[in-house]
Amino acid sequence: MAKSAGPIARSVDVVDQWINERAGVKAFYKQHLSEYWAPKNLNFWYIFGALSLLVLVNQLLTGIFLTMHYKPDAERAFASVEFIMRDVQWGWMIRYMHSTGASLFFVVVYLHMFRALLYGSYKKPRELVWILGVAIFLILMAISFTGYVLPWGQMSFWGAQVIISLFGAVPVIGPELVDWIRGDFLVADSTLNRFFALHVVALPLVLLLLVVLHLAALHEVGSNNPEGVNIKAKKDSQGRPLDAVPFHPYYTVKDIFYAGCFLLIAAFIVFFWPEGGGYFLKPDNFVEADPLVTPEHIPPVWYFTAFYAILQAVPNKLMGVILMGAAVLILFVVPWLDRSPVNSLRYRGWPSKIALGLLVIAFVRLSMLGLSPDASIAEIRFWSVIYFGFFLLMPIWTSIEHTKPVPERITT
Amino acid sequence: MKPLIRILALSVLLLPLPAPAYAAKAGNLDSAGTNVFDRASLQRGASLYVQYCMGCHSMQFQRFQRLVDDLDLSEELVQEFLIPGDLEITDYMMSSMPYEESVEWFGKAPPDLSLKSRSRGPDWIYTFLRGYYLTEDGWNNIVLENPAMPHVLWDLQGIQRAVTETVTDSDGNETTRVVGLQLERPGRLSPTEFDRVVRDITAFMQYVGEPAKLKRQRVGVWVLLFLSLFTFLAFLLYREYWKDVKK
Repeated sequence: MAKSAGPIARSVDVVDQWINERAGVKAFYKQHLSEYWAPKNLNFWYIFGALSLLVLVNQLLTGIFLTMHYKPDAERAFASVEFIMRDVQWGWMIRYMHSTGASLFFVVVYLHMFRALLYGSYKKPRELVWILGVAIFLILMAISFTGYVLPWGQMSFWGAQVIISLFGAVPVIGPELVDWIRGDFLVADSTLNRFFALHVVALPLVLLLLVVLHLAALHEVGSNNPEGVNIKAKKDSQGRPLDAVPFHPYYTVKDIFYAGCFLLIAAFIVFFWPEGGGYFLKPDNFVEADPLVTPEHIPPVWYFTAFYAILQAVPNKLMGVILMGAAVLILFVVPWLDRSPVNSLRYRGWPSKIALGLLVIAFVRLSMLGLSPDASIAEIRFWSVIYFGFFLLMPIWTSIEHTKPVPERITT
Repeated sequence: MKPLIRILALSVLLLPLPAPAYAAKAGNLDSAGTNVFDRASLQRGASLYVQYCMGCHSMQFQRFQRLVDDLDLSEELVQEFLIPGDLEITDYMMSSMPYEESVEWFGKAPPDLSLKSRSRGPDWIYTFLRGYYLTEDGWNNIVLENPAMPHVLWDLQGIQRAVTETVTDSDGNETTRVVGLQLERPGRLSPTEFDRVVRDITAFMQYVGEPAKLKRQRVGVWVLLFLSLFTFLAFLLYREYWKDVKK
């Protein structure tokens, strides 16, 4: 081999340089990957952000292919989904990837949010990262709801009917608001059509924007870590944090490995358990929407049932809707409810540990109660009180509890 | 092998909650014991379906051609034995029953059965088809009270009567409920033979509910094998990169 570069290598260099002088690709690559410093002790709980991105890409790609065959028309929607399942080459796989992805999206996002609570990732200076994250969660709920209507099965139809009618509880303008959302006097073709537009165009655009902002805000301040130690406090002579590793290749290989584990689970569901025991695809949704036949029980999909249970906690419809909204919106102010001097649960006192444990139990229990047609209202109320208690009492226990001193460096 | 423990932890999170039943009100259903991978059972089921069900019930999403592709049947066989005279192999399995008249005859049009196995579940279909009994008012059924459909398979099964039990509650109200069925007059088939007939029909309906099932599990095995290899290599790479950081 000659020691001077060949014509191909030279051409690549020229193109590389041309682009770099104009777009700053190398600087971007360094800033966000090869010289983006991440704490070296990020553990298992830190994989769910990357996994959410993976699921997001899956939803976008499979979604695009589904829109090529789906008909957003009340007369044809249900049949077009079955057409995808039967006559489109690999259509069943694309559809199951999309439906499974929807459920797994919420699995990874819930775990991602739990991680933030576990290690105080929302605390200063990451309040904005958290707020953008909660906004993403809200948009995700809207996308999931509008998407669930599209197959136009009984659950699509009646689920939409129930959820849209909640807006009727708004004082004064309620009834008009409901008609305005539906575009008709009942859930109908116009509703399906606009939900399609929202599900495939409007909401994904907003979601992508928020995801970019979420990542940009994160990369400005850097990741928190299980110890809650500020890694930027101790740097070497070149300004590199001592307890950090560059995101690439260290966290890229780690995320690739866990992505493999995650895909194994996802593929198992897609190929062997697509209905997810009736949780991911409901039996009733294999019956075409029929405005004349009301199903006996109309529970929402599993990832909404906790909030649906809270809705039922009070007999007054408007109060129920307010409570349900508050259950989500209260997440926005968590950074200011937490008065603890330390980030991580590892250095907090027992009240924090018990409180977080109770929150998890309350959320799981409410999710189960929201699924059941004859759940005990008393039990729903009890767990709703625990759920709200976690947030409302947070300023108290976080300021009075005894915390352990946080080390200056990451030692584990 | 800490990562492995974590994978296990991750999969535990996906374990199902108590499964929501197809129809909670249906009560105790018999297990259908169907096997959609048993081609012979599906073939028998297809033939029984055409013979006994398709007169009234369409399968609007199922093409005859699919039977050739999926059930190892030759086009000639399907043409000769499964397709009614007025339909082509490229047609969907539509019943020739006129809608208006059927509403007049049965009170409602016989439902399309393409997706019945997915909305009701195979156990429901199996129990329903075996669960007809004769009363003074005509046919009744243990899982679907007062069905619009008469017992189409009665000459195969024979005639069953309900065994009832009367319970008196604390307020002195008497309620009669069906506790079992008894074969009063045997049909052309023995109970075991009849069960197999119903199982074959159920299996066929299960196949029509999701024809892709025949393929997806086969593909799934390869996908999982590939992903296992991929994940194993990714694990080696992960360990290699991190061995200097984690001491």
